[in-house]
Amino acid sequence: MTASIETVRRNPLAALWWVPRGIVFGLMAFFIFGPLFNMLLWTVAEKWYFPYSFPLEYGFGSWAKVFAPRGGALESLTNSLIVALLTVVVSLLLAIPAGYALARLKLPLRGLILLAFLIPQAFPNLTVYVNVARIFYEIGLNGTIPGVVLVHVSHGLVYAVWIATAAFSAIDVELEQAARNIGAGAMRTFLDVTLPLAAPGLMASAIFVFLESLDEFTGSYFVGAPDVNMLPLLLYTAGAGGNYQIASITALLLLVPSLVFMAVVERFLKADVLSRVGH
Amino acid sequence: MERGGFLELRGVASRYGSTQVLADIDLSISKGEFVALLGSSGCGKTTLLRLLAGFISPSAGEVRVGHRDVTHLPPDKRGMALVFQSYALWPHMTAAQNIGYGLKLKGVSRTEIATRVAAMQSLLGLDGLEARKPSALSGGQRQRVALGRALAVDPEILLLDEPLSNLDARIRLTVRHELRALQKRLGITAIHVTHDREEAMVMADRIVILNAGKIAQQGTPEEVYNRPASAFVAAFMGAENVIHLDGVRDGGQFVIAEGAANAKASVPLLDRPLTSGPVEARFRPETARLLTEGEVAAVGSGITFRGEVAAVSYPGGHWRHMVRLGQTEIMADGTQAFEPGARVAVHVPAEALFLFNASANEPASTVSRTTPGKVYA
Repeated sequence: MTASIETVRRNPLAALWWVPRGIVFGLMAFFIFGPLFNMLLWTVAEKWYFPYSFPLEYGFGSWAKVFAPRGGALESLTNSLIVALLTVVVSLLLAIPAGYALARLKLPLRGLILLAFLIPQAFPNLTVYVNVARIFYEIGLNGTIPGVVLVHVSHGLVYAVWIATAAFSAIDVELEQAARNIGAGAMRTFLDVTLPLAAPGLMASAIFVFLESLDEFTGSYFVGAPDVNMLPLLLYTAGAGGNYQIASITALLLLVPSLVFMAVVERFLKADVLSRVGH
Repeated sequence: MERGGFLELRGVASRYGSTQVLADIDLSISKGEFVALLGSSGCGKTTLLRLLAGFISPSAGEVRVGHRDVTHLPPDKRGMALVFQSYALWPHMTAAQNIGYGLKLKGVSRTEIATRVAAMQSLLGLDGLEARKPSALSGGQRQRVALGRALAVDPEILLLDEPLSNLDARIRLTVRHELRALQKRLGITAIHVTHDREEAMVMADRIVILNAGKIAQQGTPEEVYNRPASAFVAAFMGAENVIHLDGVRDGGQFVIAEGAANAKASVPLLDRPLTSGPVEARFRPETARLLTEGEVAAVGSGITFRGEVAAVSYPGGHWRHMVRLGQTEIMADGTQAFEPGARVAVHVPAEALFLFNASANEPASTVSRTTPGKVYA
C-alpha cells in the first residue's frame, strides 16, 4: 500500500501502470479465447460468409449432419475412445512395473533408461510412422485397432513411465518396510500400500496418455486410415474440405475430454510428484 | 533375570560399501527383557535394529530367535514388529486400519479384528480416534498408533527405533514410563534404540552401549553408570571431567602420584584392571565436592584437586562451577556458589573416580555433550 503511494508521488505516470498491463492481458486472453470462441460460433452457424463478422443464421443443422449415420462422427468417436482407453491400459501395464523398478531399484544407467522413452518423440513423426506403417502392413497390423494402439503406446509411454516413476519415488520406503515388517509379502505390500499411494500419480499419467492418444494424428493417419477412422482424421478431412461447421464440432468433441481431464489432473497431480518427474 | 538367550546374535557384522558399520556383535537377550541400544549417531545402533528386522543382511554372523536361525529370513517371516522413528503410518488408512492391518494379513475375521483393535485403542488411550487418518492425529497419537500397529500382531520381539525422539519433551517423559509399563505387562521382549542416556537408564533392564560399530559395554543401568568399562563409556555416561594423572599399583590400592593440581592420594583398586603408569581419571560434576582450601583435611578417601574458580552458573538445584586445575578445566557442582577467582579444593570420592590406563587409545574426550559454553559467568 504505502509503497505504491510512494511510487505515485515519485512518478505520476506510475498510476497509469494498469494500462499496458491491461493491454497485455487483454491480448493474451484474445489469443487464447478468440479462436475458441470462433470455433464455438462455427458449431452453431448455419450461414456465415465474408464479410460478415458474425453468422447470419444460427442452428444445429451441422450437429445432425455430424451425428447422422453417414457422417462418420460416431464411428470416429467410438474408435478414438476405444483406442485411447486401450492405450491407457497397455501403457499403465508397462509403466507400473517399469516406473516402480526405476524408482526403487538401484539400476545402472537409470537416467539413460528414462531418456530412452523419449526416443519416439525425438525423431520426426512422419519418418517414424511411415516406416512403422510399412512394417505393420507386412505383419497385418496395419488398419487394425491394435496397430493404432501400439503406435499410441509408443508415443505415450514417455508420460506414463516418467510420471509413474515420479509417483513411486514420492512414496517413503519406510511405508513399504512397515508393511513388510508387520507380515505382508512383497506383492501384498505393493497392492495394499504402494499402489494406493501411487494412485493419484498413476491416474494423472493415465490422463496424459489418454489425451495424447485422443489428439494423435500422424500415427493414426498412417497406421489406421482408411480402415480405422479417428476423430482427428475426421477433423482434418472436414477442415481440408472447407466444412468449418463439421470441423468445429469435431474439434469441440476433442476439446471436452481435454478440459475435463485437465481439471482432474490439476486435482490429482501433487507438487511432490511433479517435482520428481524426470529424476 | 535368566540369560536363556531367546534372541541371539553371534559375530554379526555389517558393511555398507567399504565402511564397516557393525563388527563382532555378540548379544544374547532373554525373553521379556527390555534392552536399550545406546550410542551416539553413526555408531551403528539403527543398522543393528534394521538388521534384526530383516531390512539389511549381515555380512557375517547369524541371528537366532528361540534357536531358529532367522539370519536370512525376509522381514515378514520374522515375527518382529518395528516401531519406526518416523512412525511410517500409512496415510491412506485410518488409525484403526493401520492398527488392524497386521491382523488382516493373518486372516483374522473382521469382527475379531474390530474387537482387538478396539482393545488396543483403549490400552493406548486412542479411543474415539479410530476413523481419523494419520494426518489428523497429533505427534503423540501417531506414536501410539504406530505402537498399536506393532503390538496388535502379538510380536515375539518389539523393536523400537527412537520412537520417542519426535515427541515433545514433556510427553516424552510420561510415554517412557507408559511404554515400559506396557512392555512389562505384556511380557514382550523389547529392543529400544536411543541416543538419550537418561531414556535408556529409565526404561531398560540392560543397556548395550555401542561405539563405532562395536559393543563398548553391556550391563544393567547401574553397572554401566557406576562401573564404566572404558573411558568412552564413562564419558558417554556423563563423566565428562577428564584429568591425566600418574599412579602405581600397590597391593589392593592404586597410589596416585602428586601432580601439579592434586595431592598424593590412594584409591582402592577393587577389580579394576589398572596397570602402573599414566592414567586417565574421569568423574561427574555432581560427584565432586567443592570446598574452600582450608577444609581439605576433613574429607575421607578419594582425591583432592586444587584450583581456581573460573566461572559459576546456576542451572537449577545446585551451582555449577568451572574450575581451572593447572592446564585443564573441569566442572564441579556445589550447594553454595564460589566467586570466580576463589581458590578451591575439589574432592572426588574414591567410588566416583573412574580410572583408565591412558594407553587405552580410544578418543574418549571427543564425546563431549556438556560443553563449557553453557556456563554463563
